[in-house]
Order: sequence, then C-alpha cells, then structure tokens
Amino acid sequence: MSFEVDVARRLGDRDIAVRFTSPAGLTALFGPSGAGKTSVLNMIAGVLRPDAGRIVVGGQLLFDSEAGVDVPPEARGTGYIFQDGRLFPHRRVRANLLYGARRGDGGSRLDEIVDLLGIGDLLERWPATLSGGEAQRVAIGRALLSGPRFLLMDEPLAGLDRARLERLLPVIERVRDALRLPILYVSHDAAEVARLAGQRIDMGD
Amino acid sequence: MWGELTPAEWTAILLSIKVGFWSVAGGLPVAFGLAWLLARRSFPGKLMLDAVIHLPLVLPPVVTGYLLLLAFGKTGPAGRWLNDWFGVSVMFRWTGVALAAAVMALPLMVRAMRLSIEAVDRRLEVAARTLGSSPLRTFAEVTLPLALPGIIAGAVLGFARSIGEFGATITFVSNIPGETQTLPLAIHNALQLPGGDAVVLRLSLISIVLSLGALVASEMLARRSLRGRVAHVL
Repeated sequence: MSFEVDVARRLGDRDIAVRFTSPAGLTALFGPSGAGKTSVLNMIAGVLRPDAGRIVVGGQLLFDSEAGVDVPPEARGTGYIFQDGRLFPHRRVRANLLYGARRGDGGSRLDEIVDLLGIGDLLERWPATLSGGEAQRVAIGRALLSGPRFLLMDEPLAGLDRARLERLLPVIERVRDALRLPILYVSHDAAEVARLAGQRIDMGD
Repeated sequence: MWGELTPAEWTAILLSIKVGFWSVAGGLPVAFGLAWLLARRSFPGKLMLDAVIHLPLVLPPVVTGYLLLLAFGKTGPAGRWLNDWFGVSVMFRWTGVALAAAVMALPLMVRAMRLSIEAVDRRLEVAARTLGSSPLRTFAEVTLPLALPGIIAGAVLGFARSIGEFGATITFVSNIPGETQTLPLAIHNALQLPGGDAVVLRLSLISIVLSLGALVASEMLARRSLRGRVAHVL
C-alpha cells in the first residue's frame, strides 16, 4: 500500500473526513471544488494538522494522533506540486529547481529531470517571466529533485489552456511511469483522472 | 565651502553619522522582532504594544526625552540597572544620543518592516518546508530575502530619523559639543550665536546631503533586491 490515510479535521464550519488506502502508482483524489481535497494533501504533507487520525505513506508512519506522532513537513519526503506553482520569486529557475536538492541527491539528476520536463532553455529565467505551463513544469522539477518518497499533485493542470494542458499531460505520464513513486493526484476533471489514474477515490461534499 | 568646515563642525557631522549607525545597528534587530510579532502573532495586548511602539511618533519629542531621563537617569530604574551591572551610564554621553535616536526611529523601522513581512506570501514558506527546509532555514532563505526591501527601507528611514533627531536628544542628554552635539543640535547652537548664519547654512546643507544620500542609497538597494521579481524585467 502506498497511501494509508484516515484523517479528520474541522475547518471553519466544515468537517473533512476521509479514509482510504491506495495501491502503488497514481491515485486520483476526485471530487468537486470545496470537498477538501487540498486539505487532505496538506495533511499528508504535514502543513495542516489533522484533529485526529493516522497517515502512513510507503510504509512510513507520518502522523498518528493516538501515538503522538507528527513528523515535521521537512522530514516527510514530500514532493508537493501546488496548484499555484509557488516558485520562489527571488531565485532563478535553476536555483528553484535545486532548492530542495540538498535533501535529495544534491542535484546530480538535474540534467535528467530537465530533459524529462523539457525545461532546458528556462534555467536562467526568473519565475516572473514564465508562462503558467512553464512555471508548472519547473515546479514539478523542483519537487522531483528534492528526492521525494512520494508526490502530491494538486490540480497541476488547472488554469492551463487546452494546448498547454495537452503538452503537460504526457509529462505527468512520463513522471508517473519513469520514477515509480506513489502519487496522489487531486482533480475535479473526470477525463483527466480516467487518463492518468490507476485508482480513483471520490470525495463528496 | 567644504574647506571652511571647522573641527567642531566636523565633530558634529561625524558624531551624527556614528549616532545614526549605532541607533540603526541596535534598533533594527529590536524593531524587526517587534515587526515580526505584530505581523505574524496574535496575543493579548497586541494593540497596546502597537500603540506603545508608535508613541514616539506622536508624542512631543521633549516628552519622550523626559521619559528617557526618568528611566535612564541616576535614580531611574534602567539607569540604576545599567550602573549596577555594567558600571556605565548613558547620561550626557553619545550612547544616550544613540538611545534617544533609536527610540525615536523605532516606530518608523517597525512600520516599514511589518508591512514587508505581512507582504511575504506564506504559501512560499509552506513550499520551502515541504522541500526539506527547517523553519529556521525557511526564514533565512525565503522570508528574510522576500522581506528585504522593507528591512532596507526601515534601516534607511531609521538612519535618517536618527541623524535628524533633536527634541528628545537635547532633553535627555543635553547639548555638549563633542559628546552629544549632533548636527541638528549644532545648528540650533549656531542659531543662538550672533553671526552664526553661515554655519547654520553650511550644516543645514550637509544635513540635506546626508538625508538625500540615505534615501537614494535605499532606493538603489531596494531595486537591487527586487531584481527579477517583477514581471517583464529580465
């Protein structure tokens, strides 16, 4: 099992409660906006604390409210690809890519990842000058170079036009097939999920 | 015109710069800590703390000087403490000038830095954490560089305010040439003397040059630290 998640969290007047286990490969967390999908990713990444529950990824216990386990986010080995990219505006693309690499392998896979994502000619650019699709590919590269044990992708294709989306989809498929990391992929697009995911977990309102 | 500066005027100029430097060097870390508290934490008494920090901005400076006198005088609590523990006093010393200047500059430094800390996108800090950075490292590599323009602005405003401080200084540590007589105090002194007009004019011009220089320097530094962060700039 790659993800074993059983968490509950109250956010404002909303209760988020999910329980699922997923096999290896890419698992989609599917549901309408506002269902709390991003909150689930945040809890797995350790940047939102569940009120109660237990999170195990790839056999490693990350959170257990009963046992008092709460691994800090920097020690979880998360490769988190945010919906909004979140590149560091004060670092060039190359420095963004290498930001998490000291936890990984020090950046020795930079060339390989750059090739995989097709971002070779962006390395000296500033994030503010990138298009949405370019920024998202850099963000994926940054996460991959941080030596992650698993990936969390929060609607990485949202906000892209059809053409850019069509170019980025195969990139995500390559990442899925080449790196063999457990991936939890949030989306509200059924077609996208059908194309990418081995398993789909539905989150309702 | 520069050749006409007397040793006493040079002393006042250099003292002003020294006071400005130490006021900012000592006050900036304190101001940053306070700005951080106000920007990032919520705690009981926050409004009160905010008000107290801003007090020197709105109080008559002579009142601030008097309060410093009460606190740091021979019998004041802070003055006794400094004397008992370190055997020093800031009374009638240039260190007292720097202290008065720092207190007067504090609200300006806190305001500038608070705004810049509040403007830092905390989602970037979250991203840094997931990429393996400890809270301290995240602060040093993400928060601090992103808040840098505000820190520079705070430092320069603080410096300019410090070299211009008059009321609190003269009340607190008097007007002693060579020890507490900064540029504004020297100007004030010259104004009292018959035939001091030329000195007043010279020192005023120097004040303007110093202040303008500080502002230009801060603008250049701020632009440099913003390098690449604004869209369409390569």
